[in-house]
Amino acid sequence: MAEAPLPAVQALLHSRSFVELGARERARVVLDAGSFRELVGPFERLMSPWLPRQGIVRQADDGVVVAKGLIDGQPAVVCAIEGAFQGGSLGEVGGAKIAGALELALEDNLAGIPTRAVLLLETGGVRLQEANLGLAAIAEIQAAIVALRAHQPVIGVIAGSVGCFGGMSIAAGLCSQLIVTREARLGLNGPQVIEQEAGIEEYDSRDRPFIWSLTGGEQRVATGLADVFVADDSAAVTAAVRLGFTQGVAACLRSQQADHYLRRLAALDTEPQADAAAVRHLYAGDQP
Amino acid sequence: MEHFTCRYPASQRRQGRALVGCVGSGDLEVLLEPANADFTLKVTTSVNGSEARWRALFDRLFATRADLPALTLDIHDFGATPGVVRLRLEQGLETLDLEESSHG
Repeated sequence: MAEAPLPAVQALLHSRSFVELGARERARVVLDAGSFRELVGPFERLMSPWLPRQGIVRQADDGVVVAKGLIDGQPAVVCAIEGAFQGGSLGEVGGAKIAGALELALEDNLAGIPTRAVLLLETGGVRLQEANLGLAAIAEIQAAIVALRAHQPVIGVIAGSVGCFGGMSIAAGLCSQLIVTREARLGLNGPQVIEQEAGIEEYDSRDRPFIWSLTGGEQRVATGLADVFVADDSAAVTAAVRLGFTQGVAACLRSQQADHYLRRLAALDTEPQADAAAVRHLYAGDQP
Repeated sequence: MEHFTCRYPASQRRQGRALVGCVGSGDLEVLLEPANADFTLKVTTSVNGSEARWRALFDRLFATRADLPALTLDIHDFGATPGVVRLRLEQGLETLDLEESSHG
């Protein structure tokens, strides 16, 4: 005689992973049903002019999907990075697509149209093959986030499994609100770079529990460097984004508390190996 | 990285276009767009010296078919195996059918 599946099993069977979706599907899921309209889409073939010169195959959308649509009936723009293409790295074209989308959203707001922005971040940072052009684009993205967040919340989502690193981790830090899953990682340098610089005894990039304990989504929320922790579920991520917009423009942004964080970091004793609990204590003090 | 083009005679006209896949490790993206005549596959692949293998696969899939649609398929490959290539091509043609039926 077959037993009815447990409620938890039922929920699992009906849930739809967000991490497993590609960039285009992620953007579609975040926007209100049927409102997705892609800008500079793949058939326009706005691709990197630099990759073929280095023998690297291009992707038709340069790994960035920009979509206009609605969120809770309000005008919105979603920029989604495809982590599977070149590690989600940002070059001249992909970076310009995001910067341009945010700048247009700012123009909308100045003209009285309350366009809101969501960034779906899955990126190792600048695309090394495009060097300064990628860095310049990331600087433009950061400036656009700072300008736009005074009008509308700019909500960042790091779902995983690539995570968000390099200059784009700074862009993530500038967002009004940052949503992460357990799969997410957030850090200025990726684990392999730190291992190379600090030595494998201090930082073993293949020790996954160790890496996630320091840079994973759960830890980043516990230390206050990310705001909202959600399950890897499309409905949960979408609901968190909507809730973020209902909270309006934040009164006190994380990037405006740089002095507080610098004081905390200055107090850190770097002699013993840092672990998750010590880092939580460093940022959050004795708060639970 | 290398480029080459394969062409087969086509008999049906199509209107829709579709994109499937991603230029990720072991994967490829395929852009399908309507053409005036012929079923044309334009391949850019990261794997040098693989043209003969691609042509053998395309011949097996398409050379004997009399009902091919008039399409240009732009393929950006990042080391997909022939099995993955075949799945993506089938997915692309299915997606195109869905696109066309949803737009009446």
